[in-house]
Amino acid sequence: MPLDKPYLDVPGTTIFDAEQSRKGYALNQFCMSLMKAENRARFKADERAYLDEWPMTEAQKEAVLARDLNRCIALGGNIYFLAKIGATDGKSFQQMAGSMTGMSEAQYRDMMLAGGRSVEGNRKVGEDGDAQAHRQPQGRTIPKEGA
Amino acid sequence: MARISASVYTSHVPAIGAAIDLGKTTEAYWQPLFSGYAFSREWMQTHKPDVIFLVYNDHATAFSLDMIPTFAIGTAARYRPADEGWGPRPVPEVIGHPELASHIAQSVIQDDFDLTIVNKMDVDHGLTVPLNLLCGSPEAWPCPVIPFAVNVVQYPVPSGRRCFNLGKAIRKAIESYDEPLNVQIWGTGGMSHQLQGPRAGLINREWDNRFLDRLIADPAGLAAVPHIDYVREAGSEGIELVMWLIARGAMADVAGGPKPTVAHRFYHVPASNTAVGHLILENPQ
Repeated sequence: MPLDKPYLDVPGTTIFDAEQSRKGYALNQFCMSLMKAENRARFKADERAYLDEWPMTEAQKEAVLARDLNRCIALGGNIYFLAKIGATDGKSFQQMAGSMTGMSEAQYRDMMLAGGRSVEGNRKVGEDGDAQAHRQPQGRTIPKEGA
Repeated sequence: MARISASVYTSHVPAIGAAIDLGKTTEAYWQPLFSGYAFSREWMQTHKPDVIFLVYNDHATAFSLDMIPTFAIGTAARYRPADEGWGPRPVPEVIGHPELASHIAQSVIQDDFDLTIVNKMDVDHGLTVPLNLLCGSPEAWPCPVIPFAVNVVQYPVPSGRRCFNLGKAIRKAIESYDEPLNVQIWGTGGMSHQLQGPRAGLINREWDNRFLDRLIADPAGLAAVPHIDYVREAGSEGIELVMWLIARGAMADVAGGPKPTVAHRFYHVPASNTAVGHLILENPQ
């Protein structure tokens, strides 16, 4: 019997469940290692060599090198873990979140100041809100597994 | 006997901690938020508890994917502020209350909630930002704190109903402690926010305010709201709000006592990516 996953039809959203966590274990633990200053320094000195120390897939490593957070999440990453990469890069949480929306940093900041993204049209896949794949250049590139 | 005098609810956005640490609280962006807590800081001066039972979530800090406890109670004597990747926050060490924490652990586990007992961990912004919002930036926190970490990072997280019932068990545990301690229970996290994917930045002011209304007046009904409603309406990280139901479940009215009084209510958008909500509910003496 399939598990109950009522959240697969939320647009622009990947719920970090047990299955995603299994796929992303090495990726997220790599991120975790960046909480130590000496590891941050080694990662910055040679990102590829540092990533090669981890049993991550090639796709996961490439997504990290490209700082493509949407791709990292599709491959099992979780934002609280991925935030360690942003911290290493000197990025704020707002810069990281904004980078996944297809908006510029200024556009995203202005949207938040104006009250944030509306839920209207963004509750279910197939509606017409601004987070829907057809309105989101970045949304289109993410394979939505199981949806 | 120990008693719960009040419950406090607040968001715990990391950027709020950064604003405090960098001295930005009077800047135009942050001033409206911090002024919303001015009442609360004064209230804490006049309502200083002996212990704070602080429900929060760890953000991939003390708990990596190596171990993911659903409910973890801190029974240590002290907790260091964690290095979350930006360096440790310059805030005081958190002093625990091992005696009361162990008592609560034993009572709540005997009430069928399988707590993980933690004797060593660092605490992240989820715990220290609420302390700053209510206590300012003192040399030492005003009282011991029992950290209670809830998994809201990896799904499935505990349901609202389970959190609410856990709150009832915590109240029972605290009220069976012999020392006459004045205990506050805090529920933190939320309100609406989504930090990931093309839907990042979602805020739902109406849903949040309805949540605050129901938390005050209809907590049992609110506890029945399923996860998917939080995700759809309040964003994937809005699920943190289930933690508020633990604190609410520990209030007197849930066990047949008098209704709490609303000492303070505040709502503000935005703090970074997040809607900030805040409530103080007092149990009548």
